[in-house]
Amino acid sequence: MTPPGALPFDLLAPAERPYFDRFGNGLVVVLPAQRPGPEGWGRGGPPHGGAWIHLGEDGKARAFTGKVEVGQGTRTALSLVVAEELRLPLSSVDLTMGDTDVCPWDMGTFGSRSMPDAAVHLRTAGAALRSFLIELAAPRLGVAAGDVELEDGRARVRGTEGPRSVGYGDLVTGLRRLEMVPPSTKPGAPSEWTRAGRPVPDVSSRDIVTGERRYTSDMRLAGMLHGKVLFPPAYGSKLRRVDLARAEAVAGTTVVHEGDFVAVAGPDPRTARTALKAIRAEWETTSQPSEAGIVEYLRQHPAEGEDLWDVIHHAEGDAEAALASAPLTLHETYTTAYIAHVPLETHAVVASWEGGRLTVWLGTQTPFRARDSIADAFGLPPSSVRVVVPPTGSGFGGKHAAELAVGAARLARAAGRPVRIAYSREEEFTQAYFRPLAVIDIRSGAEKDGTLLAWQFHVLNAGSAAARLPYRVANQRIDTQPADSPLAQASYRALAATANNFARESHVDELAARVGADPVEYRLRHLADDRLSAVLRAVVGRAGWAARPGAAAREERTGRGRGIAVGLEKGGRVATFAEVEVHPDRRLEVVRIVTGFECGAIVHPANLRSQVEGGTVMALGGALFEAIHFEGGRVLNPRLSEYRVPRFRDTPPIEVVLLDRRDLPSQGGGETPLIAVAPAIGNAIYDATGRRLRSLPLAPDGTVP
Amino acid sequence: MPPIEPLGRTSPSARLRVNGVERPVSLAPDRSLLYVLREELGLTGTKYGCGEGECGACKVLMDGLAVRACQTPIGEAVGHSIVTIEGIAPAGRLHPVQEAFVDAGAFQCGFCTPGMIIAAVSLLDRTPGATEEEIRAAMDGNLCRCGGYLRILDAVQRAARASTGADGRTPR
Repeated sequence: MTPPGALPFDLLAPAERPYFDRFGNGLVVVLPAQRPGPEGWGRGGPPHGGAWIHLGEDGKARAFTGKVEVGQGTRTALSLVVAEELRLPLSSVDLTMGDTDVCPWDMGTFGSRSMPDAAVHLRTAGAALRSFLIELAAPRLGVAAGDVELEDGRARVRGTEGPRSVGYGDLVTGLRRLEMVPPSTKPGAPSEWTRAGRPVPDVSSRDIVTGERRYTSDMRLAGMLHGKVLFPPAYGSKLRRVDLARAEAVAGTTVVHEGDFVAVAGPDPRTARTALKAIRAEWETTSQPSEAGIVEYLRQHPAEGEDLWDVIHHAEGDAEAALASAPLTLHETYTTAYIAHVPLETHAVVASWEGGRLTVWLGTQTPFRARDSIADAFGLPPSSVRVVVPPTGSGFGGKHAAELAVGAARLARAAGRPVRIAYSREEEFTQAYFRPLAVIDIRSGAEKDGTLLAWQFHVLNAGSAAARLPYRVANQRIDTQPADSPLAQASYRALAATANNFARESHVDELAARVGADPVEYRLRHLADDRLSAVLRAVVGRAGWAARPGAAAREERTGRGRGIAVGLEKGGRVATFAEVEVHPDRRLEVVRIVTGFECGAIVHPANLRSQVEGGTVMALGGALFEAIHFEGGRVLNPRLSEYRVPRFRDTPPIEVVLLDRRDLPSQGGGETPLIAVAPAIGNAIYDATGRRLRSLPLAPDGTVP
Repeated sequence: MPPIEPLGRTSPSARLRVNGVERPVSLAPDRSLLYVLREELGLTGTKYGCGEGECGACKVLMDGLAVRACQTPIGEAVGHSIVTIEGIAPAGRLHPVQEAFVDAGAFQCGFCTPGMIIAAVSLLDRTPGATEEEIRAAMDGNLCRCGGYLRILDAVQRAARASTGADGRTPR
């Protein structure tokens, strides 16, 4: 067990944490994390991260969260809410993120939880700290607590600007006081915000534009070696025999062979690569399904369990009976492709042992989970491992695994020196996991005028996100079913929501067309969520949507088309309008996109706009052309020259309409803005050509099939 | 079995002018400028993204023109003047293009930003007041996985206006 006073903080009782030895005198408020219990989700409600804030004698606030910054802009957004609650300039707030020694425990940075969870926890801790400051200031100012107000790092008598004020630093000088956040603490209302909710530059701007920002792959420790891992040539391959003699003969290298793990470390990356190439390995490959026939394969290989995502079976009314008697029915299948995250910074880690303790700098979205699994791998208590997340060159759900860190730590232990491993781009493609290929079957039934009567929605090999209907349908059945994937698959930004939303919004569009209804009017007629209706109205207003009956079957296979789609997921509401041109040579051009988004009170508007724009661009890749090709367990296109991601030329004008609802809690904006892009484009292609496309990517070679 | 000579151990054998300073570098024929900048000279502002010239994260200025450092053998760089992101503005100051990126909020994870700024500096030095079309064409070889192209376009357009004085300020 961890002795009192030792790191890491999250494994100690609050009073035992050396806040003041580490960060100096002052006042600390602590909002504890809710960890999952031994049987999974604990009894105290769903698990969530904690927050703590240290206010020092310099009058500055040090806030701590277990969330990480991988480019989604939360460092600035979370700093802003702390500045807001404490009435401090943004420059007086320093936020420590994703360092398992000093940050509160957190599940990880995924699922768009930084705003609804971490921001609320930091705001609540900030509000508590504010009331302690007021308590401290009242006697100093000689007034009742109710007459103290805080502004710009000073306490003063309410309504005065005079010299009778005292700085936060003075208030906490000589203090070593720790307080738990009182349960009744409520953060300030967004309607009163004066700092949050306004555009500010990213707090890391200067380091980013000068190249001074150090990502994990930029780290250099004294005596550090560079590692390379021997990876299997195909998914499912087993190492049969390995000859390391030639690798060991490369001067300055350390070679490690433990079970299936074979790796080398050398004084520089080239030496490590040379040593790796000198390894003679024999692999036993197993037969693996290939791309052709993958949909049938997944149908025939259902899997048990909820390893990757939740399984739902939702029923209302009697969908089967309603389908049987509906005047109009439609049964279609929709599929997506395996796609790669392609973070611009490939996976990178630096591992260093000091005494029996391991420190790992890792670009990961789940530092605490990584710490625990690294500790497990070495049979160590979690207190013997520290994971630090440096600035990370994007993640998109692709940076959750800890194996790379375990590998670097094994090499570092063997070499007795720090070791860095950074994936090559090809390793990034072949050793990471993919967004799953989803197969979605929809059966729907409607009245002759299109009014929906029945809805059956079956999701194979994706999760339940956005599977529930935002539309009113009396009889519905929604099921999700995991499958045995022939490729490694896991988390991806807006994974299931993208697939489910593509299927539903394409299908609904098809129903509208069948009955000659305007796609916007048809959706509004069925929408059960006023906030989503408001977003849809805002988008069609901006886009200048001209009401039209559903596109009839066309002679023309080319031309201009417009499409619309909506989505409701993770508390956010999105509507996307797309205009496309299908040229005479069938080349597809996305001419214009308008996306409306509402996620409650907007914390950091400039960043939210970037997230919506950027998410839209990312979604364009999966919608139009991204796909991993594979055969016999091998990825066939593991290079950027063979795997196309969106570029400047692929980026149309994107108009973003943000609806700021200061009366509603803030939700995340990193995922939901992606989910209406693919169906809006698919629907626009239908409008242009009369062709309904039901598989992503829609135009793999740049043309409409 | 003879020991294999580690390629990484080549001793410095040439001098490379980087950010105005002559630096000793190794001259192995298969060694890229990117490798030398990052691994030998510790100039890590220039990024590795793909190693095949597809992403532009490794762009540096060679005699004022943007080149992909991963595709430039070190032998071809010696004798030319190399400027990396660390050297485009005097210490403690920002280049107008860097300022424009800050003003436009033209980054998210920031990993592509050095290469983007280098590409923009190269373009605007040759084509002050570059049009949107010219900017898009010149920067199509730079990937931003966070999808920040429109913010980046905005930044370069701001810098383009500043470079011709079209923003009402004195041209630099």
